[in-house]
Amino acid sequence: MTKLKYILQLADTALILGHRLSEWTGHGPILEQDMALTNIALDLVGQARSLYQHAAEVEGKGRTEDDLAYLRTTTDFLNPLIVEIPNGNFGDTIARQFFFDVYNHTFYTELQKSKDATLSAIAEKSLKEVKYHLRYSSDWMRRLGDGTEESHQKIQTAVDSIWMYTGELTTMNEVEKEMLSEGIGVNLESIKPIWTEKVKAVLAEATLTMPESTWMQSGGKDGKHTEHLGFILAEMQHLQRTHPGATW
Amino acid sequence: MTVKEILSKVCDPEIPVLTIDDLGIIRDIIEQDDQVEVVITPTYSGCPAMNMIEVNIKAALQEHGYQKIKVTTILSPAWTTDWLTESGKQKLKAYGIAPPIGSVEKADLLGEQNIECPQCNSTNTEMLSQFGSTACKSLFRCKDCLEPFDYFKCH
Repeated sequence: MTKLKYILQLADTALILGHRLSEWTGHGPILEQDMALTNIALDLVGQARSLYQHAAEVEGKGRTEDDLAYLRTTTDFLNPLIVEIPNGNFGDTIARQFFFDVYNHTFYTELQKSKDATLSAIAEKSLKEVKYHLRYSSDWMRRLGDGTEESHQKIQTAVDSIWMYTGELTTMNEVEKEMLSEGIGVNLESIKPIWTEKVKAVLAEATLTMPESTWMQSGGKDGKHTEHLGFILAEMQHLQRTHPGATW
Repeated sequence: MTVKEILSKVCDPEIPVLTIDDLGIIRDIIEQDDQVEVVITPTYSGCPAMNMIEVNIKAALQEHGYQKIKVTTILSPAWTTDWLTESGKQKLKAYGIAPPIGSVEKADLLGEQNIECPQCNSTNTEMLSQFGSTACKSLFRCKDCLEPFDYFKCH
């Protein structure tokens, strides 16, 4: 069912990035940044829950939000690769977050028009939270880029190495094309130029160079992942796998 | 006591000075025969207090003899701090949390401005972090009395 796949794609994206950011708990460079990254993680996991609940309802086979998060394997996950790549240093995390937030903000703005009332409601709700995320990651891009020689060099390296994962965000797969034609999904082609403009503007303010490479990694949205996702799922799912049905 | 009166005594588990009525998260109360349905909306998607609030709503109603209770969550229209009651704002301040100032539109346009220190009332304050100890708060510092404080941000 295409609609189920589409919702799972959105849910997996929020959950995996939320999980990645939660790895910063207790490891942030300073307390405020520790709290900021984990606050964003909490928002994303919350959004993932709403999306998984909707997916479970659409599927209608008795699976719950927990089943969908904890009992699917790597090839079942449909998130783009950018959200599963490791946190790296603080700059790597910020660059990944910034590229994603620009996309996510534009995406949810458009998803509010979805013919699916629940998706539209989730978009409206999430957008208010993503607004803070985008402000935060954009601020840090400027601060690190326009900061010291070392911070500039590190964030430029992060931008350059994560760049190849950004293309997948705004390239449509078959599921997304079908959902667009039904008025449920978002037109990523129309998001692409907006994304590029916004990224370009912040990178310029941050005195950073926008990479020119056009070769992009892809496959995550169709279930083909980097080796990193398996390790995330191993950690995230091990309790449910070891003690099936365990609850608080 | 009416259902509304019972619910007006249920508190937010994370900011216990506020009731769920003060927060403006009760969107509807539907009483039909012996069943009561309470419609609530989350403040933030990931707010861990929401599950607790649902449990507390059920417990409060059961205490008053209601048996068939349903708590439904809706997401739209999305919760906004514009729904916080005036008395809620005053309670926040007395508790040491600066209440949201002005409307969400204004905060979006101009940023968070002139946030008043809940200790000394000075507006000579600065934001330390837009993310605080819970999703709904930012961290501020008063430049006059030097106290750090939470600000319940416009949302």
